Amino acid sequence: MEWFLPLIWAGVIGTAVAMYVILDGFDLGVGILFPFAANDREREQMMASVKPFWDGNETWLVMGGGGLFVAFPLAYSILMPAFYIPIIVMLLALVFRGVAFEFRGLAGSKMKWNAAFAGGSTLAALCQGVVLGGFVEGVKVENGAFAGGPFDWATPFAAICALGVATGYALLGATWLTMKTEGAIAERGRRHAQVLLLGVLGFMAIVSLWTPLNFPRIAERWFSTPNIYYLWPVPLATALVAYACWRGLQAGRDVLPFVSAVGLFLLCYLGLVISSFPYLVPPSLTVWDTAAAPVSQMFMLVGTLILLPIILGYTVLVYWLFRGKVREGESYH
Amino acid sequence: MELDPVLLARWQFAFTVSFHIIFPTLTIGLSAYIATLEVLWVATGRELYKIIAHFWTRIFAVSFAMGVVSGIVLSYQFGTNWSRFSAVTGNTLGPLIGYEVLTAFFLEATFLGVLLFGADRVPRWLHVFSAVAVAVGTATSAFWILSANSWMQTPTGHEMRDGIAYPVSWFAIIFNPSFPYRLAHMVNAAYLTTAFVVIAVGARYLLAGRHAEEARTMLRMGIGLAAILAPLQLVIGDLHGLNTLKYQPTKVAAMEAHWDGTKPGDFHIFAWPDAAAETNHFEISIPRGSSLILTHDPNGLFPGLQDVPPQERPPLLNVFFGFRIMLAIGFFMIAAALYGAWLAWRGRLFDTPWFLRVLAQSWWTGFVAVIAGWVVTESGRQPWIVQGILRTADAASPVPGASVAATLALFVIVYGIVFAMGIYYINRLIAWGPPRRGEEYRKPQLAPIAAAEGASGALREGG
Repeated sequence: MEWFLPLIWAGVIGTAVAMYVILDGFDLGVGILFPFAANDREREQMMASVKPFWDGNETWLVMGGGGLFVAFPLAYSILMPAFYIPIIVMLLALVFRGVAFEFRGLAGSKMKWNAAFAGGSTLAALCQGVVLGGFVEGVKVENGAFAGGPFDWATPFAAICALGVATGYALLGATWLTMKTEGAIAERGRRHAQVLLLGVLGFMAIVSLWTPLNFPRIAERWFSTPNIYYLWPVPLATALVAYACWRGLQAGRDVLPFVSAVGLFLLCYLGLVISSFPYLVPPSLTVWDTAAAPVSQMFMLVGTLILLPIILGYTVLVYWLFRGKVREGESYH
Repeated sequence: MELDPVLLARWQFAFTVSFHIIFPTLTIGLSAYIATLEVLWVATGRELYKIIAHFWTRIFAVSFAMGVVSGIVLSYQFGTNWSRFSAVTGNTLGPLIGYEVLTAFFLEATFLGVLLFGADRVPRWLHVFSAVAVAVGTATSAFWILSANSWMQTPTGHEMRDGIAYPVSWFAIIFNPSFPYRLAHMVNAAYLTTAFVVIAVGARYLLAGRHAEEARTMLRMGIGLAAILAPLQLVIGDLHGLNTLKYQPTKVAAMEAHWDGTKPGDFHIFAWPDAAAETNHFEISIPRGSSLILTHDPNGLFPGLQDVPPQERPPLLNVFFGFRIMLAIGFFMIAAALYGAWLAWRGRLFDTPWFLRVLAQSWWTGFVAVIAGWVVTESGRQPWIVQGILRTADAASPVPGASVAATLALFVIVYGIVFAMGIYYINRLIAWGPPRRGEEYRKPQLAPIAAAEGASGALREGG
C-alpha cells in the first residue's frame, strides 16, 4: 500500500493537471486570440463561447495545486518557492483575465478589459510554460527544501517552453472557436489554427531534440532498450493525430480539429510523464520521497474516488447544456 | 536595509487574505439569498422574487469572480510563501483543503455557469437547483476552510514526529475545539453582512423613489433576517470568546488588554495598550466588566498578559482595537435591526427617512467587522502560525526578501485596481437597478455607447 498509494495519487494529480491544461487551455487560448477579433461584437461572441465554463475550468488548477499539497506536501513545499516569481505572476495574470469576464460587460469603454483579458491570458500561458520548462530542467534541493536562487527558472529552454505552451493554448482556442462559433470568427479560427498547428509541431520538435541531448536521464529513458520498443508508438501517434488535425482544418470540419488538438496535448503530456517519471521534483525526489503520510493519502483518496466521478458528471452536464454554436449577439445574459 | 522575508510574507498574506475574505463574505450570503428568492419564486409564482433574484445575481457574479481569482492566489501562497508550514501541516491540513476543492469549489464554479447564463436554456427547476447548489457550495467551502483555520488555532487529533504533524483521528482534526464556534460565527457574519448590503440597497432605492416594491421587499427580508441574526451573533461571539479563553487565554488577555492575572479584569471601552511599559494609557473602563463577561463573576480571575513572557504575547494594538471595532459594529447592527423591526411592526419602516438614510450608508459595516474579527483571531494567535506546534518565524519559504517585497508591491497594485473597478461596477449595477416587470434586463445608460461602438466597429470592418 505504501508503494501503491503515491502512484495512485500521482495518477489523480496527473489527471487534474491534464484536465486543467486542456480545459483552461482552450479558454486561455481564446484570450490569446482576442486581439485578432475584428470588432467588439466578435469579441462578445468569443467570450460568450467560454463564459459558462471558465470558472469550472480554472478549478482544476486549484485541484492540481491543492492535490500536490494534500498528497505530496514536500514536493509542493519545494516546487512553489522554486517557481515563486512565475507562479505569482501567473496568478496575478489570472486575476486580470478572470475579472475581465464580468467587468467587460459592465464597462463603458471595453478597451481596457479587452486588453486585460488578452494580456492576462497570454501572460498566464507564458508563465505556465516557464514553470513547465523549469520543472523538466530540475530544481536544486538541499535538506528537503528548495536551495536555488529566485531566477533559476530563467533559461533559454524555459523560454522555448513558454512560447510552446502559449502557441499550444492558442491552437486549442482557435479550434474551440472553429467548433463553437460560426461565420467570420469560426473561419478565422480555422486559418489561425493551421498556422498554430505548424508552430506547435515546431516547438514539439525542438523540445523532443533538446531534452534528450541535454539531459542524459531523459535520453536513457527513451532510447535505451527495451524502452524504445514500447515507446516508439508515441511519436507515431503524435504524427497521426497532427495529420488528423490538419486534414480536419483543411476539410472544414467543426469538431475534429479541436478533438485532435486535445489529443496532441495529451500525447505531449504523456511524453513529459515518460521523460520525468517517477520524479516529482526532478532530478532528485520521486513520488515516494515526497508523499504525504499513507493515512492522509488514504483519507483523501476515499473521498476523491467518490467525488471525482460526480464532479466529472456534472461538468459533462454543463458542457452538454451549453452545447452547440454561440450565435452572434447571444451572450447568455 | 535587510528585507525581512518573514515579515514581508506576513504582510503579503494579510493583504491578500483580507482582500479575499470580503468577497466570500458577500457571496456566501448572497448565494443563500438568491437561492431563497428563486425558491420563493417557484413556490409563489410572484415575478417580483425573480426580478430581485436576477438583480442580485448580477452583483453576485461580479463579487464571485473577484472571490475566485483572489482565492486561487491563496491556495498557492501556502506553498510559495509558507512552504515550511506546508511541509509540517500538509498531512493534516492538506486533506481538509482537498475536500474543500472536491465538495465545494467544483460544485459552485460549475453550477455558477448555469445560474448566470442558463436561464433561457434550462428548465426552471434546474435553474433553481443551480442556485441552491451554488449556495450549498459556498457554505461547504466555509465549513472546510474554517475547520482548517480552527485546527491552526486549536490543533487536536494529531501527533508530532520529527517536527511533522501526522493525523491520528480525522474526526478530532476536523471537529477541533474551536471549529463549531468559528464556523457559526463566520457563517452568521456572512449572512448578517449580506443582510445589511441588501438593506442598504433597498433603503437607497426607497429614498430615491425608485423600484419601490422591490426595495420594500429587500428591506423587509433584510431587517427580518438581521433582527434574528444580529442578537444571535452576540450570543455566538460570547460562546466563541469563552472557548478562546479556554484554549488560547493569551489571545483573550490581549483582546481585553488585561495585564495582571491575579486581579479581576476591567472592560476597557478605550485604552492605549503599551507593550513596552506593560500597562494601558488613557483607560476608560467598566470596572470588572471583563471578569463579568468571561467568568460570569465580577471577582472572577482569568490569565493576564504578564502570565507569559513578552516574546509569547501577540501584537497588542491589532488584537485590542480589532476586537473593539468588531464589537462596536455588532452593537450598531443589533440596534439598527431591532429598531428597524420595531418600525416595521408599527408600519413605519418605509417612511422614516432619517433611519433609511442611516441604513443606506451602512452597507460596509459587516465587511469591516469581519476583517476586524479576523485580525483579532489571527494576530491573537501570534507568535504561532499553528498554536503550540509551529512558530510563524519558522514557517516561511526559503525565498529572498526582495522577491516577496516585489510580489507584495504587485499584489497591492493589481488588487487596488481590481478592487476599485469592482466596487465601481457593483455601484453601476445598483444604479441601473432591477429590471422592470415583464422587461428583459437592460442597461439603460449604456445603450447609446454600445450602439456607437457597434457603429465604429462596422466602420472599421468596412475600412
